[in-house]
Amino acid sequence: MNARTIRALQCSAALVAAGLTLAACGSGGDSSSRQSQNASFTGRGPISYVAGKDSSGVVQKVIDRWNKLHPKEKVTFIQLPTDADSQRQQMIQNAETKSDAYTVLSLDVVWTSEFAAHQWIDKLPEKQFPLDKMLKPVVETAKYRTGLYAVPAASDGGVLYYRTDLLKKAGITAPPTTWAEMTSDCAKVRKLPVAKGMSCYAGQFQKYEGLTVNFSEAVNSAGGVVTDANGKPDVDTPAAKKGLDFLVGSVKDGTIPKEALTYQEEDGRQAFQSSKLIFLRNWPYVYSLAQKSAVAGKFAVAPLPGLNGSGSSSLGGHNLALSSFAKNKATALDFMKFYSSEESASTFLKDASLAPPYADLYDDAALVKQYPYLPVLKTSILNAVPRPRVVQYGDVSSAIQQQAYAALTGTKTSAQALKDLQSALQKSTAQ
Amino acid sequence: MTASATWRRWLPYVGVLTVAAYCLAPFYWMLVSSLRRTSDIFDNSLLPSRVSFENYRSLLNASQGFTRALLNSLIVAGITTALALLLATFTAYAMARLEFRFKRLILTLIIATSMFPVVSIVVPLLKLFTDIGWINTYQSMIVPSMSFALPLAVWNLTTFFRQMPDELEHAAMIDGCTRGQAFRKVIIPLAAPGIFTTAIITFIAAWNEFLIALTMTNKPQMQTAPVAISKFTGATTYETPFGSQMAAGVLVTIPLVIMVLLFQRRIVAGLTAGAAK
Amino acid sequence: MADIKIPPEPSTDEPHLATGRRSPVSGRRSAAPATEGSGRMAALLVSPTLLVLTIVVLYPTLVALDDSLYGTKGLDPKTGFISDTEPFVGLKNYADIFGAAGDRFWNAFWNTTFFTVVTVGLETVIGVAMALIMHKAFSGRAMIRASILIPWAVPTAISGLLWRWIFNSNGVANALIGHQILWTTEGFHSKVAVIVAEVWKTAPFIGLLVLAGLQVISKEVYEAARLDGASATLQFWHITLPLVKPALLVAMLFRCMDALRMFDLPYILIGAQKNSVETLSMLAQNEASNVRFGPASAYSVLLFLYVFLVALAFVRLLGADLVGDDGKAKPARKRRKTTFSRRTEVTA
Repeated sequence: MNARTIRALQCSAALVAAGLTLAACGSGGDSSSRQSQNASFTGRGPISYVAGKDSSGVVQKVIDRWNKLHPKEKVTFIQLPTDADSQRQQMIQNAETKSDAYTVLSLDVVWTSEFAAHQWIDKLPEKQFPLDKMLKPVVETAKYRTGLYAVPAASDGGVLYYRTDLLKKAGITAPPTTWAEMTSDCAKVRKLPVAKGMSCYAGQFQKYEGLTVNFSEAVNSAGGVVTDANGKPDVDTPAAKKGLDFLVGSVKDGTIPKEALTYQEEDGRQAFQSSKLIFLRNWPYVYSLAQKSAVAGKFAVAPLPGLNGSGSSSLGGHNLALSSFAKNKATALDFMKFYSSEESASTFLKDASLAPPYADLYDDAALVKQYPYLPVLKTSILNAVPRPRVVQYGDVSSAIQQQAYAALTGTKTSAQALKDLQSALQKSTAQ
Repeated sequence: MTASATWRRWLPYVGVLTVAAYCLAPFYWMLVSSLRRTSDIFDNSLLPSRVSFENYRSLLNASQGFTRALLNSLIVAGITTALALLLATFTAYAMARLEFRFKRLILTLIIATSMFPVVSIVVPLLKLFTDIGWINTYQSMIVPSMSFALPLAVWNLTTFFRQMPDELEHAAMIDGCTRGQAFRKVIIPLAAPGIFTTAIITFIAAWNEFLIALTMTNKPQMQTAPVAISKFTGATTYETPFGSQMAAGVLVTIPLVIMVLLFQRRIVAGLTAGAAK
Repeated sequence: MADIKIPPEPSTDEPHLATGRRSPVSGRRSAAPATEGSGRMAALLVSPTLLVLTIVVLYPTLVALDDSLYGTKGLDPKTGFISDTEPFVGLKNYADIFGAAGDRFWNAFWNTTFFTVVTVGLETVIGVAMALIMHKAFSGRAMIRASILIPWAVPTAISGLLWRWIFNSNGVANALIGHQILWTTEGFHSKVAVIVAEVWKTAPFIGLLVLAGLQVISKEVYEAARLDGASATLQFWHITLPLVKPALLVAMLFRCMDALRMFDLPYILIGAQKNSVETLSMLAQNEASNVRFGPASAYSVLLFLYVFLVALAFVRLLGADLVGDDGKAKPARKRRKTTFSRRTEVTA
């Protein structure tokens, strides 16, 4: 190797280094390309739709419908892991790297504030979407301050799945409306020989977003709140403690089986379908899948039980949002209109029992015949309490998961957990 | 006496079998699990009740994008190795053959850079690459990988070059070669086994890399194999992706295993000589 | 330690050693003829590497240092949007670890330290045991060598997935034990799962390195000891162990530094944001993925310092010799006898 070649190598290496440094200096410390408030939706071409795993196959079906109608503007379905935390992480990574890999995002309703405040999603033209036909609480979740930043695609409310055949055999005529009733119903059912080895109740208690949901529901169903009407944390109250104690006590006395501490939605569904559980708290999507399983025809849906009466479910659901860094936004907007239309919502309901955001679908006679619990679900959603809708939702949810899990596993007393949670929430929301 | 003597005789074999079992059992389990049908996946028997290739079939289905991920791994690891070897060969030669000031310090520094936590390198580079639009590109994975590949290659090659007697070049130079020609015509061919071994070790380290690829890419078609597998949601609508993950794991590991089996002596020589110095 | 003569020719089966082929004349490697061009040529050869490493390692570290002096972007109450730039907060991110936010940091610190000490300890013991077994075995050497390399060749991410499957609550681990342990949930068992997976992968590697060290010890040494009446245990403690110590130390040093930076395995095996196994690397990465770059950078700087100090301790206090430069004894190694420095060069 002669000196000239070496020199050449050196030069090119130096050039590369210089180039990189210049590029770095050129962009400066400021984040570049801040989106203007009225993003122009131009550009047509292929886009991607990003959502959690589609367990029923209906999403791909709807997307295929679009792809047939728009062969030049195909939508690729990018599936993310089922748990909400991972989905959020990957969407944030996409935004932070200003990647155009994701176009239309399926955001959990609690993330709207966070994504809008960080300007990771575009403000949408309200007039182009039929918002007045949708349930009001659902539309509220898609707004940040006064702007519309997402379009409701599916709503969600927690419901109680229960085994009708077992309750009937045990002589119980109606599903429980309070926690005490549920526990006593379980005791009666467990005496049946056919219910040997079954556990009473499970929800989602693994340390992830689902725990935040279940915790909030327990607190709300006991009359407490996590954050008050102004968004200020107020969780260290006797009512909230009663809610948390229901969960903690149930884990201690076996009403909730120990392995439920590892359950996400799918694990609970599996357990219910294999007759390991009498009562299951889950989302409406389980209905259609359970109808195809071993417990088909043997279960029904009821509102969640509470401390002194009916409980309140968490307002879940997914809204469609447009990533600020995406390409082909005109196509994306049209796709969002298509995907959130009443026709698509009807398909989602029929094929996957996903709760629609449209009010009149709940009153449609044919649909109610297929899903008798639709009226129950509508009331549940209209009265549902959303999880804290704050910009720092990630921190808030982490704090709730942390403390609730500690209480459930017995590492902390429920009193201590609530106290620590209150101070953690105050710190996160104080910014 | 005889009982304990027999025991003593068999002990090495028992020991060898234990060691082999320790190393291979989990890998065997991965293989077996990948060959089970999804409905049998929770079977804990030693052999699958029914051997099925459905996991492999669904993996190699184009829509999964797994073959693309394997290709990405190959490209990233391959280019990283090539670049690292190129730069390291010159540096290692200088370290092994030339005397200059601060040599020891520089060598220590080079090796020290491989001790930097990848996470402290990746986050600033992420911001830089975002600004220059390098996200979801091959270079965004190759460049940070040099942080561990280059020192590793330098260290290994320095050892190999040191093992070669100085007389070789001196003889060549007495015969009229310049140092450069001596390097090209005499040293490189003799060091070829060492370079090859370093290439293998570096390639395996680069193939293994996870955090950088995880951070720098989010387009499914740009991800490397380990990242793609960790993000599996399941090839079908079945809830548990374990079967396909195990199958994917087998496919990702098999090339490395073959390399290891073919070149085990070299690899062992490379690892131990490198570590020993 | 008695000055033990090392045979000049290692057996052909064994890995090459640095002194294997040195001609007897140049016991110390003779310096190449110091031509004036030598320094310049060296500069030319070495600078590309240094340049790349500066860009890829030094620059990000300096940026991380700089970033760690900034805080998290704040919310502008008027517009409702997060501001564009991070506020300068000086050393607040570092001071915070002694305050409230410190809980998570010290938890990660403890996890990292715990994992490092336990895994490296176990790996060393198991690795040395493996090396001894392989050393005694005469047949099946090739098979053993191949099997040993398998755990090393399996990518860590794949290994994480594999062990996650093994430790599934309905997986084979629970089947063998007979209890249903929820390995991947929070609690001490998740630490055990991580340790088992990590030790499986790396003990063979240490075994390999120690084996190389073992194979250089001449049999005459053991013969002499046996003739003197030393039992097997005595031989191990007073002959084997001291002679493989240099190789072992280097192996342990590298393993320690890898363990301190552990990310892939707990991330995949257990998951992110899990208190029981969150390591410093995971903590930094998690903060970064939540757009809190200030704390993320501070944590990665602290991790780097931690690794650096441990490496320094190994090199200075324990005398691990990484660079192995021709028997020049490092002046700082007060405890070493000069004979040992030659030993370092030779037996490793």
